[in-house]
Amino acid sequence: MMIGLAHYLVVSGALLALGLYTVASRRNAVAILMGVELILNAGILNLVAFSRFVTGSLDGQVFALFGIVLAAAEAVVALAIVLQLYRAWRSVDAAETREMKE
Amino acid sequence: MTASFPGTVVFYALAALAVAGALWVAFARNIVHSAFALLATFLGVAGLYVFLAADVVAVVQVLVYVGGVLVLLLFAVMLTARIADANVSNRSLGRFPAVILLLVLGALLALAAIRSPWSRAPTAPATPTAAGLGDALLGPYVLPFEIVSVLLLAALIGAVTLARKPARARTGSAGATTVPAPPTRPEPPTSDPQTAAPPETAP
Repeated sequence: MMIGLAHYLVVSGALLALGLYTVASRRNAVAILMGVELILNAGILNLVAFSRFVTGSLDGQVFALFGIVLAAAEAVVALAIVLQLYRAWRSVDAAETREMKE
Repeated sequence: MTASFPGTVVFYALAALAVAGALWVAFARNIVHSAFALLATFLGVAGLYVFLAADVVAVVQVLVYVGGVLVLLLFAVMLTARIADANVSNRSLGRFPAVILLLVLGALLALAAIRSPWSRAPTAPATPTAAGLGDALLGPYVLPFEIVSVLLLAALIGAVTLARKPARARTGSAGATTVPAPPTRPEPPTSDPQTAAPPETAP
């Protein structure tokens, strides 16, 4: 069977659903961030797949590069916040840490 | 893309690697296992990029995600202690509604992906994309490119500012800080100004 657009979209949908499950079910802030990374990967995979099979141009890949850069920046800032949260609360449980003010 | 037999097998292997890694991220008891399973997902998705004739994006995925984001995540996992205790490190809450969410969303997305009549372009043979991407980034996409560089600088400064230890410990008066008043809610807009009664004030 020929590998088409639907195959990639199914893989991307599975990644998105599992990432959303991770975000919804975890209490550790770092694990929630891992779920966000899964969701972003699913979106970027969609961009590249549509760029290959629907438009046939490179625009989707340019957007994929921008998406990867945005994901990296988001991870850096989020992890800095998580470290600061741990320093203030000795915990990264998203249900227990309610404020960041000292 | 030709319907060659080894290519199909490699595609299914990469897709299985990515999805299995994501499954392990979602269901592992220990958060260190989740972090390493994320490595499998990132590598599988990078392989899928190669399959989609996006070689530059695949290399950037390996460099940025595996080399940067994953190492940062591992640092965060190791720095936030008590990782050996699985129940503390990767506890999950409300597994049942999340499973329902996972199944419903996954089924809907797969159904939409398979049933939709996507408009198709003829798939060109796979050619190197580095030159085209470079032309696009410095041609029509030069403004987003520059904005992204400013964003990276802002993220760098913000991360350093946030993660830095405070220069000197604040002494006393920690409990005396005043809590600012919550912002007042704006008036709800009335849809029909002619017949709208004056809005009732909430008790």
